[in-house]
Amino acid sequence: MINLRINDQKVSVQEGTTVLAASKKLKINIPTLCNHDDLCVAGNCRVCLVEQKGARTLIASCATPAAEGMEIHTNTLKVRNARKHIVELLLSEHRSDCTKCYKNQNCELQSLANDFAFGDHVFLDLVEDKKYNIDRSSPSFIKDDSKCIRCQRCVRTCSELQYVSAISVANKGAHQKISSFHDRPMSQVVCTNCGQCVNRCPTGALVEKTYIDQVWDAIYDPEKHVVVQTAPAVRVALGEDLGYDPGERVTGKMVNALRQLGFNSVLDTDFSADLTIMEEGTELLVRLKKALVDGDKSISLPMFTSCSPGWIKFIEHKYPEFLPNLSTCKSPQQMFGALAKTFYAKKRNIDPSKIVSVSVMPCTAKKFEADRPEMRSSGFKDVDFVLTTRELAVMIKQAGIDFRNVEEAGYDTIMGDSTGAAVIFGATGGVMEAALRTAYEIVTGREVPFGNLNITPVRGMDGVKEATIKIEGCVNAWKFLEGVELKVAIAHGLVNANKIMKMTREGKAPYHFVEIMACPGGCIGGGGQPIPTNMEIRKKRMKAIYSEDEHKLLRKSHENPDVIAIYKEFLDQPNSHKSHELLHTHYVERDNF
Amino acid sequence: MENKGLTKVDLIFEKIDSKEVMVKAFKMSSAEIIQSMLDSGLKGRGGAGFPTGLKWKYTAAEKSPEKYIVCNADEGEPGTFKDREILDRASNKVHGGMAIAGKAIGAKKGFVYLRGEYRYLLPKLMIELASFHKMIHEIGFDFSIEYRMGSGAYICGEESALFESIEGKRGEPRNKPPYPTTSGVFEKPTSINNVETLVTAMMIIHHGAQNFIQYGTKDSRGSKVFSVSGDTPTPGIFELELGMTVLQFVNEFGDGDTKAVQVGGASGFCVPRKKFAETIIGFEGVPTGGSMKLFNSSRSMYNVLHNYLDFFTEESCGQCTPCRVGCQQLLKGVEKVKKGEAKSTYLTELVKLADTMKIAAKCGLGQSVGNAFKSIVGNFKEEIIY
Repeated sequence: MINLRINDQKVSVQEGTTVLAASKKLKINIPTLCNHDDLCVAGNCRVCLVEQKGARTLIASCATPAAEGMEIHTNTLKVRNARKHIVELLLSEHRSDCTKCYKNQNCELQSLANDFAFGDHVFLDLVEDKKYNIDRSSPSFIKDDSKCIRCQRCVRTCSELQYVSAISVANKGAHQKISSFHDRPMSQVVCTNCGQCVNRCPTGALVEKTYIDQVWDAIYDPEKHVVVQTAPAVRVALGEDLGYDPGERVTGKMVNALRQLGFNSVLDTDFSADLTIMEEGTELLVRLKKALVDGDKSISLPMFTSCSPGWIKFIEHKYPEFLPNLSTCKSPQQMFGALAKTFYAKKRNIDPSKIVSVSVMPCTAKKFEADRPEMRSSGFKDVDFVLTTRELAVMIKQAGIDFRNVEEAGYDTIMGDSTGAAVIFGATGGVMEAALRTAYEIVTGREVPFGNLNITPVRGMDGVKEATIKIEGCVNAWKFLEGVELKVAIAHGLVNANKIMKMTREGKAPYHFVEIMACPGGCIGGGGQPIPTNMEIRKKRMKAIYSEDEHKLLRKSHENPDVIAIYKEFLDQPNSHKSHELLHTHYVERDNF
Repeated sequence: MENKGLTKVDLIFEKIDSKEVMVKAFKMSSAEIIQSMLDSGLKGRGGAGFPTGLKWKYTAAEKSPEKYIVCNADEGEPGTFKDREILDRASNKVHGGMAIAGKAIGAKKGFVYLRGEYRYLLPKLMIELASFHKMIHEIGFDFSIEYRMGSGAYICGEESALFESIEGKRGEPRNKPPYPTTSGVFEKPTSINNVETLVTAMMIIHHGAQNFIQYGTKDSRGSKVFSVSGDTPTPGIFELELGMTVLQFVNEFGDGDTKAVQVGGASGFCVPRKKFAETIIGFEGVPTGGSMKLFNSSRSMYNVLHNYLDFFTEESCGQCTPCRVGCQQLLKGVEKVKKGEAKSTYLTELVKLADTMKIAAKCGLGQSVGNAFKSIVGNFKEEIIY
């Protein structure tokens, strides 16, 4: 243990603990900016400077390990003056059009300004002299360099968590900026639109592209029938933007609030998540049969899940030779979209051209996905507008809804029913667990051999998880799988996805089925989720997701009555011709820069 | 205060049999080599002046199968060009010094990080390097050197930014600790020394520490190569004993009308005429990596300051706030004062900012911007305002 004193209080910490963490232990608050729990130390904003007795300079508390006998003071005159200067310097290169800014009231720089740099500023405005680029090329987010304060959280996120490095630091000195390859528009580089950078940007330099106004316009258009679907992970995080602590389930309140906003029908992506299990599970079993029984060499294994649009774009850019390994299933959002303007329209007897299909997603990449040209199999744009969890919270606030006192309500019928298997799609390992619950039962006629259906080996926050399930006692139709050890793997965060892909490229991935989610923790940690998102919060949301599952009466996708009904009335059977037309897709190779 | 007067010395460029000196060094133990460096009082010749013996001692003490010697030849300080001359005329001693340092700390590999603009020296250096490798092979000592090129960024002369650059990354300073002696290039214990330091180390082995300390003062032992430029009839490279006053220097090199000397380049200090007599050139007074720039009365000190600030605004890596934004504010601030668009009292605010940069910036670059700023504004305020 290391013993030191901070503001004259003794504290003992493990070796390697930073001065910042040691201060936290004493409940001494030191302001930070470039620091983020998910990322490596940068030490570049200098907001967290403190005074160390005997040191020539102030030290960055986030970047300095505690040392034996250190004497630290966090609020000396020297520290205060330097900190005020630093915050003012940051403000002098930041376009402070706060009242117009999407991040107003939710901006870390603004709150530092409130605390340390109120009143007149000493320094000159540097923004007016410079030409800044505002990149609106991506359908998912906007990159506004005039608000960037070069903390490099986005750069670290993109390289450390996502292994993408679509953005990095360019130039030096006054010209230093966060840039893409050859300054190309963000829509023309390797960016996966995952939005993890958006989630970590402390200012308004990276924000999602919002479609709130378009959705309001549709709601108020009497000609339009507006349907909304809500992704599994939204219900366990939305509360955070509306005054609840992380980990609170607000499903029923959210449904009621959506109805109050004026959506004509409030439906659930969980329905199409169950449908995904039917389609993807069948696809896997067919691939296994072709590979194991028929000896078909053209079958690509392992099969990768295809629910996460950030992951899809990643593999399209970085490992295009493995596109045949991707499940051809569309994501639940897009399955829902295709059915909303076909099956749903027919059932409700509504002209599909009058339907506006809106989704609420924990994700910014979903905005890009909805815009893909492949996603028009209904004959229309299958999903018209994608809102993030954060945007929905804004709409609820705009409508003046007292969320805390909204009564709980249930989803509408037709594509509103779901099972616990679908809701866990929102956490890493969830798709795998849901698929196993159904596939195992189809093949053996029995439930998965795990207590209370909880397949714990595929759960948790490990970056790469592996599991093996021995298939025994198969029903006649699946006898060929008797004794097969089904090997599965799960990765979340693209840096972990890359590990699996590297193994696959080297021929060292012995798996049959792999679930990959672009974001750390899966969708619960998505780029469109409330800010902040960090490990502690992800764990709380994950707990809430599994609790939502436990509280469901039905917990296996193939038992979803709406799913059973749609096959009977419309799709015939999983992987049918009709399914392929509406629910499956293909992928494109993209440049790796 | 000790004052040794101005004496020309010929140590750095003295012709020696480098093989003989290396053989002598390799017969010594690591501890003996380090002790002779400590005895010599040699301080780093790049400008920062860290005791070379201590640096080697700390690196030697690290238990790691891999260690490195890095020669910092990214000579980028405005007004210094002595390393270029040393590399051109005495690269055998640079390589030899690296091998001796390697013996001292237990490194088998060295890197020379050569300033991008010195690429033209490379063909000649490669010939010298080949004969060095041949010689070291004959002696039977396991040590090799590799050259890595800079690309013109001033910040890459900062040791940890230099490591990043060698590793193929963007040249940005790292957080310290850990210091290079624990975690340097490729995160291995590294001793990084200036070109001249390594040559001087070799000469200390050759002549012995006791001979070396005959030169210089208590705080500034030995001699130093100076790059003399500006308003002088005799610009060039001069090796001088440490411990002279600026006045003695100006009497030798000035044009009779010297009003200020910038000692240590853009990151150094500006000494005005009234302080020439009392200022010693050395670690007890104004330290320098070698740059000595003389200004006569025809020069506008506003222009001099503006030039330096322009340089820093361009050459800051841009990573940390105080340096990236602070440099721009200082530059824009003095411009406004000069144009009368800001009150002259605004200079006081800028001096406060320079003080903040000195204690808040991440690396030596940002921390030393205030040196030139404060010494020029402090001594030539009227030239900035009017």
